[in-house]
Amino acid sequence: MDTQQLVSALATGMHRERVLFKSQDVAAYECDGLTMFKAKPKVVVLPETRAEVCHVLKTCKAHGVPVVARGAGTGLSGGALPHADGVLLVMAKFNRILEVDADARIARVEPGVRNLAISEAVSDLNLYYAPDPSSQIACTIGGNIAENSGGVHCLKYGLTVHNVLSVTLALDDGSVVTVGSDALDSAGYDLLALSIGSEGLLGVVLEVTVRLLPKPEEMRVVMAAFDDVTKAGDSVGNIIAAGIIPAGLEMMDGPAVAAVEDFVKAGYPLDAEALLLCEVDGTVDEVADELERVESILRDSGATMLRVASDEAERLLFWKGRKSAFPAVGRISPDYYCMDGTIPRKHLSLVLNRMREMSKRYGLRCANVFHAGDGNLHPLILFDANDPEEVQRAEQFGAEILELSVEVGGTITGEHGVGVEKINEMCVQFSSDELTQFHSVKAAFDPTGILNPGKAVPTLNRCAEFGKMHIHHGQMPHPELERF
Amino acid sequence: MALIEHICGQLAAGEPVSVVGGNTKAFLGGRLVDEPLAMTEYAGILSYEPTELVLSAKAGTSLSEIQQVLDEAGQMLPFEPPVFGETSTLGGIMASGLSGPRRMHLGSCRDAILGVRLINGLGQHLKFGGEVMKNVAGYDLSRLSVGALGTLGVLTEISVKVLPRPEKETTVVCEVNQSDALALLSTLGRKPYPISAASWIDGQLYLRISGAGRGVDAAAEAIGGALVEDAESLWRSIRDLTHPVFQSADRWLWRMSVPPNTPVDGLPSVAFDWAGGQRWVFAEPDRIDVFEMAARVGGHATCYAKNRHVGTGMQPLESGVLRLNQRVKEAMDPHGLLNRGRLLEEAH
Repeated sequence: MDTQQLVSALATGMHRERVLFKSQDVAAYECDGLTMFKAKPKVVVLPETRAEVCHVLKTCKAHGVPVVARGAGTGLSGGALPHADGVLLVMAKFNRILEVDADARIARVEPGVRNLAISEAVSDLNLYYAPDPSSQIACTIGGNIAENSGGVHCLKYGLTVHNVLSVTLALDDGSVVTVGSDALDSAGYDLLALSIGSEGLLGVVLEVTVRLLPKPEEMRVVMAAFDDVTKAGDSVGNIIAAGIIPAGLEMMDGPAVAAVEDFVKAGYPLDAEALLLCEVDGTVDEVADELERVESILRDSGATMLRVASDEAERLLFWKGRKSAFPAVGRISPDYYCMDGTIPRKHLSLVLNRMREMSKRYGLRCANVFHAGDGNLHPLILFDANDPEEVQRAEQFGAEILELSVEVGGTITGEHGVGVEKINEMCVQFSSDELTQFHSVKAAFDPTGILNPGKAVPTLNRCAEFGKMHIHHGQMPHPELERF
Repeated sequence: MALIEHICGQLAAGEPVSVVGGNTKAFLGGRLVDEPLAMTEYAGILSYEPTELVLSAKAGTSLSEIQQVLDEAGQMLPFEPPVFGETSTLGGIMASGLSGPRRMHLGSCRDAILGVRLINGLGQHLKFGGEVMKNVAGYDLSRLSVGALGTLGVLTEISVKVLPRPEKETTVVCEVNQSDALALLSTLGRKPYPISAASWIDGQLYLRISGAGRGVDAAAEAIGGALVEDAESLWRSIRDLTHPVFQSADRWLWRMSVPPNTPVDGLPSVAFDWAGGQRWVFAEPDRIDVFEMAARVGGHATCYAKNRHVGTGMQPLESGVLRLNQRVKEAMDPHGLLNRGRLLEEAH
């Protein structure tokens, strides 16, 4: 089907002005937050109603045209990278908060509503939406559903999957189904959990009901500096061993601290090898209790400096530093590549040391920010995208970090998703039978595979070409396939 | 491993397989068609490091063993699983997906699961998720398996998130009718009190407050009510349904999962848990209008009667959701060999 035919078919069910196909109009959508990958979609649609979304899906299914849904395009794994022969379904116009029920502590929102906008809208009711990815100013709840986004407070408050009650999805054939409910669980299989984090491969999010939490009475953050990353890592284990689950527990290494301090002037000590931010929240009494204990544990764990934010402004400043880590690193390097492995925390120093060695070997700088409480590591590899050879080195460096994450018992992606970025590494983490199982679950929702094809789960052929297979019980995977 | 190999072999040969853990929850869902294999011989804790907040064990490991090990480290399963018999296993708990009173505070059974190994209907032994808190590689088939009653895969190994036991717990009680109790909980729910359980039984609202010492005392004082002695056994009786309020010689007990603020009218429950989200209703045997009652308020009903012998006792699914359920079942177990009769009769 050529572009004009597709545009005409789409325009039978939605306003033609919101069907874009001219090169200059679609260019703005050629990538998401992972700018290393770019593709111009054949057509971009900006639907305003459910009926329009369903029309787009029906039309695309009828003609075998790929559909990629997109929220704000802040994703870091290329999940919203357009398909060159497909339609990019931009959900930005679905930006209304439909209902807030303060007594039930829920909000019903459209998928294009920004994450932070939910908390802002319910702030006067003394409520908030807990998951807070760093991009929360811009990222949308629909995108959060697709990626099962986390944030700096998910050790205590969980990920998107723990904070969503129901999702209404448009399926590949344009039918609409709601999974989950306002009750705490639903009959049948847990399709809500299955749809969260499915990277737009199972359905298009039309509506979301989120759970709201009462704002804590008080939040206090303590900053601790260490002259050794191992000590900092151990202090995290010591806090948890003492029975404390802090609201936030974040670590940065020396290079990250230096970049952030230069950018934000958060008052971070520049001589630290590792910096820890530990936030406790709750009622005034709870916080007083816990803060006292956390301070003493950090001191006993060898912190060289301890500072409790003296007021709300300083607390926010401490966090601003952490939340600005990515842009701060962006200032000291033409480009950076953000990784997202999760590791069992006990292997932190091993992983950091191995990365230091890799950094030397690849001749590329690396700064680390770390959701220390839950083991989710974000190494930022610094490189120059204008140098193709350096791009290649950065990619190899990143791939090696992900493989290391799997090797120590972790995962290639904690919260950013697989997208196109980590699709080869999926071959390392999963066996061919496991990948085949993913494909059959996908086919249960989308038998013709029009939704976000080529993302999240690699084909077995791709893995064979990639050549790095998960060897399961010593068996050679895919014996049926030719070797390349 | 003999049991695992046997199961894989049976399924690969196209033979049906049914499994149970300690067989303490046979009343949930439909009756098994095939003679079940007990997973209890595939037991043992695989790894547990308290500071990682993760425990991994084989599916047949008894809950009592897990709880003992966690207890020694001052930790617990966050979702406070109901125990319906001493033989209860971790696999059975995950397969049934039930959560106890603490669910309203620290999340459900499905919220706590981090990874599984399972045998799908083709007899393939597969691993999904992992042993880390955050993991978005691949579809979340671990959480999908929770509550599937073994019909999507035979769970063989499970990794679950654990949490420290609260430093202090206090339970208070106030005398209040069910309707006022719900209203009170709506108000309290908007305050940041660490309420870890809220159940109403026979005109009494029980609130458990958990957390750091001073915080618990202050919250208990602010909430008011009388202090409950021996609260632990009270919560155990609510969790395991051994409290007298759940007993009836001739009527069937139903669990209604509903939006927590659902009004009392039209939902004549004898008790509720989860601040109103889980209600318990008695009905004459074989009355199916319980499902309509649940559907009207946006919830679903599950029969807990031990003497029910037909059907699954589970809420019928709306057609779009049913279709997806059937397709997901086919994706995991294309020949319909796993735990036949337990769930989704229509799929066979």
